[in-house]
Amino acid sequence: MLSVVEIEHLTVQYPDVKALDDVSFTVKKGDFLGIIGPNGAGKSTLFASMLGLHTKYKGTIKFFGKDIRKSKDYLKEIGYVPQKPIFEKNFPATVNDVVRMGLRKESDANKIDEILQQLWIHELSKKRIGELSGGQQQRVFIAKALVNNPKLLILDEPVTGIDQQSIDLFYSILRELNSKQKITIIWSSHDLDAVNQLANHVACLNRTLFFHGESDEFFENDELVKQYSEASMQEHMHHH
Amino acid sequence: MSLEILTFSFMHRALISGVAIAILCSVIGLFLVLRRYSLFGDAIAHSSFGGIALGLMAGVYPLWTAYGVSIVSALIITKIKEKYDISGDAAIAVLLSSGIAVGLVIVGISGGFTIDIFSFLFGSILLVSVNETILILSLTGIILIVVLLLYRQLLYSTFNEEQAKVSGIPVEKINYLIVFMAGLTVVTSIQLVGVLLISALFVIPNVTAIMYGKGFKTTAILSISFSIFSVVTGILISYVFDITPAGTIVLLSIGLFGGTMGIKSMGLLSKN
Repeated sequence: MLSVVEIEHLTVQYPDVKALDDVSFTVKKGDFLGIIGPNGAGKSTLFASMLGLHTKYKGTIKFFGKDIRKSKDYLKEIGYVPQKPIFEKNFPATVNDVVRMGLRKESDANKIDEILQQLWIHELSKKRIGELSGGQQQRVFIAKALVNNPKLLILDEPVTGIDQQSIDLFYSILRELNSKQKITIIWSSHDLDAVNQLANHVACLNRTLFFHGESDEFFENDELVKQYSEASMQEHMHHH
Repeated sequence: MSLEILTFSFMHRALISGVAIAILCSVIGLFLVLRRYSLFGDAIAHSSFGGIALGLMAGVYPLWTAYGVSIVSALIITKIKEKYDISGDAAIAVLLSSGIAVGLVIVGISGGFTIDIFSFLFGSILLVSVNETILILSLTGIILIVVLLLYRQLLYSTFNEEQAKVSGIPVEKINYLIVFMAGLTVVTSIQLVGVLLISALFVIPNVTAIMYGKGFKTTAILSISFSIFSVVTGILISYVFDITPAGTIVLLSIGLFGGTMGIKSMGLLSKN
């Protein structure tokens, strides 16, 4: 099976702390990988390195078999949904504007409509992005990630601060993208239950990689589950 | 108002140049305002003052030296801001004061303020020559074509730099391009409103248009319309009443801004 992502011995040293220490894992085509770990575990550093935003790392990151240091072309094949997109509240851009921003050529308007419908934001297409709720905005950014026909979606804890109904809808959309449209997904999350339901692979990250394998294998390991749910909970409490 | 003034060829040149500059400043200004770079136009204009003084002293057409000095200093300040992580407003303050300081020293060396310097400080659109009109129209055409071709990339990197980067857009290059185009636009616009009032053309029509709550294209069209209205009406009124065009133009655009705030506070601007 074709590898979509191969990470070998990835180490990131910040001046005062080692954010990632010798992390290696592979993501195959069709995988739905849930990355779990407490805040400060290095998830954001991992994503920033994978997306070419952080380049001072040791080790190798390959997308579709090619080292990302050599070419940025791989970025065209992936869709990225940030944790909380930051933009000016009054930015004069409608949902339609946002979804089309940065597209190299005029995408098929029907296809964009279809994606907006699939994500239940079709009726909002003429509204300004700043007028939407957090959950609606999140769906706009998923739509945006999908218009380029990505082979891989990367999502960074994308349900922070969103209501439960939107989260449920969001999860069902992710499941469908992975199972029906065969899009490979890498998703970082605090929500172990959701990872259990959605992901078929799990990676536990806390500076180093403590576990990487099939989802069932992880959830059958009571010790690991306990450790990671506690760690997440502690961080969660601490965070509030 | 007598229609006779519309038959003067200097008035034709003033109106044509004025409309071109109005469009240009609205378009480039919209990107600057949305990037929280509203005063960048002001800073480039002030640095161009150094260039103008240099040109006058050296006996070169002052706008050429102004183009050179403004663009180079805008690019340098962008580089410094990037490399040393200085905030945008501080970088603008440095650029702004160094331009004026250099200008003042040169003006002092070359024998004090002259009528030429005042025309650059406050604009002289009624004196614009045929060649200057051609230059203004050509630059406006070129910059608008570049903006239209790169519209989605410019918009995305303005909306969210990190996401734009991740989608493969060369954000650093786009940033330099915007700064470069802003430099060209500012110096071109000096003839209309002068060094001291330039940021008004960049900022006021855009903040007015943004209040209408529309999407990007409609906002740009609204801003361009407000700007053209202020410039054309301003030039005509100022001629008839023999007052300064620059001040009149800016006051008219402030009037539109105030009127829009009034409409908005009465709840007459519906949200879509």
